[in-house]
Amino acid sequence: MPWLSTLIAVPVLGAVGVSLVKSDKLAKQLALAVSLVVLVLTGALAYLFEPASKERFQFAEVYEWIPRFGVHYGVGVDGIALVLIALSAVLVPIVILASWHDADGTGAAAPPKRSVKTYFALLLVLEAMMIGVFAATDVFLFYVFFEAMLIPMYFMIGSYGGAQRSYAAVKFLLYSLFGGLLMLVAVIALYVIADKGTFMFPELIGVIQDPTTQKWLFAGFFIAFAVKAPLWPFHTWLPDAAAQAPAGAAVLLVGVLDKVGTYGMLRFCLELFPDASKFFTPLVIVLAVVGIVYGAIVAIGQTDMKRLIAYTSISHFGFIALGVFAMTKDAGAGATLYMVNHGFSTGALFLVAGFLIYRRGSSQIADYGGVQKVAPLLAGTFLIAGLSGLSLPGLSTFVSEFMVLIGTFERYPVAAIIATSGVVLAAVYILWMYQRTMTGPSKEPAHVMPDLNWREIWVMGPLIAVIIAMGFFPKPVLDVINPAVDKTISSVHIEPFTPAVAEKKGAGQ
Amino acid sequence: MNGTIQAPTIEYALLAPMLLVFGAAIIGVLVEAFAPRDLRKSIQMPLTLLALLGGFVLTVLNGINGLPDAPAAMGAVAVDGPALFIWGIILVLALVSTLLINDEDQFVAQAAAVPGSPDEEEAILSGYAQTEVYPLLLFSVGGMLLFASANDLLAMFVGLEVMSLPLYLLCGLARHRRLLSQEASVKYFLLGAFSSAFFLYGTALIYGYAGSVDLKAISAVLTEVSGQETLLLVGLALLGVGLLFKIGAAPFQAWKPDVYQGAPTAVTALMASTVLVAAFGAVLRVFWVALGGLEWDWKPVMWGIAILTMIVGAILAITQTEIKRMLAYSSIAHAGFLLTGVVAIGAAEQNRQALSAILFYLAAYGFTTVGAFAVVTMVRDAGGEAGHLSRWAGLGKRAPVLAGIFAFFLLAFAGIPLTSGFFGKYAVFSAAVAGDALPLVIVGVVSSAIAAFFYVRVIVLMFFNEPAVDGPSIATPTVGTSAVVALAAAATVVLGVFPQPVLDLADQAASALFIR
Repeated sequence: MPWLSTLIAVPVLGAVGVSLVKSDKLAKQLALAVSLVVLVLTGALAYLFEPASKERFQFAEVYEWIPRFGVHYGVGVDGIALVLIALSAVLVPIVILASWHDADGTGAAAPPKRSVKTYFALLLVLEAMMIGVFAATDVFLFYVFFEAMLIPMYFMIGSYGGAQRSYAAVKFLLYSLFGGLLMLVAVIALYVIADKGTFMFPELIGVIQDPTTQKWLFAGFFIAFAVKAPLWPFHTWLPDAAAQAPAGAAVLLVGVLDKVGTYGMLRFCLELFPDASKFFTPLVIVLAVVGIVYGAIVAIGQTDMKRLIAYTSISHFGFIALGVFAMTKDAGAGATLYMVNHGFSTGALFLVAGFLIYRRGSSQIADYGGVQKVAPLLAGTFLIAGLSGLSLPGLSTFVSEFMVLIGTFERYPVAAIIATSGVVLAAVYILWMYQRTMTGPSKEPAHVMPDLNWREIWVMGPLIAVIIAMGFFPKPVLDVINPAVDKTISSVHIEPFTPAVAEKKGAGQ
Repeated sequence: MNGTIQAPTIEYALLAPMLLVFGAAIIGVLVEAFAPRDLRKSIQMPLTLLALLGGFVLTVLNGINGLPDAPAAMGAVAVDGPALFIWGIILVLALVSTLLINDEDQFVAQAAAVPGSPDEEEAILSGYAQTEVYPLLLFSVGGMLLFASANDLLAMFVGLEVMSLPLYLLCGLARHRRLLSQEASVKYFLLGAFSSAFFLYGTALIYGYAGSVDLKAISAVLTEVSGQETLLLVGLALLGVGLLFKIGAAPFQAWKPDVYQGAPTAVTALMASTVLVAAFGAVLRVFWVALGGLEWDWKPVMWGIAILTMIVGAILAITQTEIKRMLAYSSIAHAGFLLTGVVAIGAAEQNRQALSAILFYLAAYGFTTVGAFAVVTMVRDAGGEAGHLSRWAGLGKRAPVLAGIFAFFLLAFAGIPLTSGFFGKYAVFSAAVAGDALPLVIVGVVSSAIAAFFYVRVIVLMFFNEPAVDGPSIATPTVGTSAVVALAAAATVVLGVFPQPVLDLADQAASALFIR
């Protein structure tokens, strides 16, 4: 059975169906049903996946798409891709459920009534593209998904977002498009220089040998991914886009779309251009560390909840990039796990903030206070989501952050030490936000701030369950990730030059 | 020649598409002269469509029958792979544009009536129509076919003029805002005549150098004669000016926005798509076939022009507030992208790749352009089309399907994956990278990013802004217009998702390169 193609096709067909049905209510239910089907299929996929398999990519399908350009429709998953696909598949139904009333208008600066059907159809198209981008084993196909997925997100922000939505949508699109076009040059050059007549990723590994060429191509890919992730200093679009996007879209934007950037670094930059990756590592580490500290400090100063969460993500993406480029197994596995955990934890934060904003119609922190008295459940979930954002031990993010820091310390102790300050700052921005919004005298009577309803409990419940479960028992996920990361890291190390630090590490053991 | 005069041989079968179009044009003129006024349209319209369709069928038959290895008509016309491909595109696009032209509200009732005069009112009331539009269109299309396939500079000049003169007239025939239209017509005529003169002067100088106007003979002389370079280089420059004017490359682009804006939109659709296609055919023939040996002399200049064209097109488009002007600047930028393919000349294999890329790009761009202008004809105010961009605000709510299709065309212009524009751009850029023009490609993608800004701005206007209270109405499309929009959208999707068949066709057309 062509599992991955089915996974991509189901949401696309679902989107067509959603846009054709007559009533909005039916459209929502259909969208939810389709996303649940995808989730079940992904579950089956994960069950059938064999972490120990010798094959690099499982469930692989390769068909010729455009022979003239050597482009294949090539999909397949390794552990890294699988967990990210699973992340997308879990988040989408949750987001659909959470967005049940979003398209009708968010809060005070209520945008005019928009087509509800379109919103859910776009969500499903986006899901198909998210699965496609992680599953692609053809560099060209990856690029096609990478660019095409901007369009549904662009319309989701631009049509359904807050007051500044069109500015934010355009900024998001142009930043990403610019990065993407630079990558296009690198993609073309990769094809021409490799002269293999194919874009299939496995066949392109190790083909580019010339160090200068590698550096240029690396730069083309890396800038695109750095804009997407986003790394400091390419981050300025994210706070705008995340703050203006409806909460559900923001979850997918920060939770999944941005992961494509870090995923691309891990998969394409490291493996296709190993020497260049080593050459640029100091630079990337510096950018990552600056991002960690900068994102955290700026987050502390935010007055808008969604912007605050967006800046915390910039800090977290710094950790992920740090883990990717530390190029140790621990750090690589940690970074991959971080991508997944961050998706859930930030998703939970955005959603619970979205519930707050939906009730009160403002995203300003100053407009809230004492929520825990009138809406204890809401406050409780907010606290757990927040604590996972600051990587409290016992919650999932702690595991990954710890792994990244340990793995980085093996090779770059100074960077790891500075990065650790991000953990402390995280406590400040999260707890201070919690303190200002949830504690103190209540600003709202209970009828303005009702507690979570059943739908919202069903949204938050699974997320919190996952966060706690993966905090205590990350092994199943790590078992899937580890072999894939090992392969990635070892293919970087195939090069004759072995860093002195790595040797020391070996000697130490 | 031993004193005897040999009768020229004409390969009628090969030239049949062109002959059919010209023949139909002449019949059209006769219809204008002899048929009663109210019958004319019902004769002209089918005649034009049949002629274009017949021309297309004959072109396809030519392609199936296999290509000759020598030029036809005593070396004047080269009916080779690229020529047939370009003919095919031109004929289909012209056919599609004819469906747009079949719209009462596009053309003036009586061109000779002074705008705003009682005569004009009378002409409108009595329901006159300038049915001369159809034969003019056929002549112009015939000229394009000749222009793109001419194998000597004189035949090319004839093609250029036969193509352009009817267009100058057609531009002045808009029903609404007639003064603007007439101004566009005069401007186009003056500048066009000027550029034709350049072309002719260049031809004369090159004749002076090479002793022939035949492209093959010129390229042969280039390899033998040395010295007298001045004549050749000046001739090359002048020829280049004439040709680059037609494709609207900077710094010869100034006419495009004015003419595109003033002309009836159906004519703009025709010009924007087919003229660009034909002109690129001619550019390739002159620079690759005749002057290929001078590659090192014209390449640097062409680099500069390509860069300038991309940047000027992309940046000036940002400042536009009129939809047709914006599309005009976008067309300039696209001419620049296409020029990166022209620069990618090199070894034979490289040339094949670049040629096929250009052919594919032309096909992809042509359909999207016709579709975009077809949408423009449908968004109307009391005084004709609602050209000003502010009038397009909120169109996404009033006419979601139409706005959606237009947005899709804009995304194709911007080169977003899964649209035809992406593969077009990809094809020429990859040819350029293979042809050692990486810096050009980098400029290309940067200007694509700039260009994306103004395409996206229109999408923002249509979808994210509130509709104006007295916004434009959406004309109920004629069957023809809906067919055009549907066809263009289908072509944009199909070429964007399954480009392989057309790529194969372009490859095949480019496989033997140009015959000489």
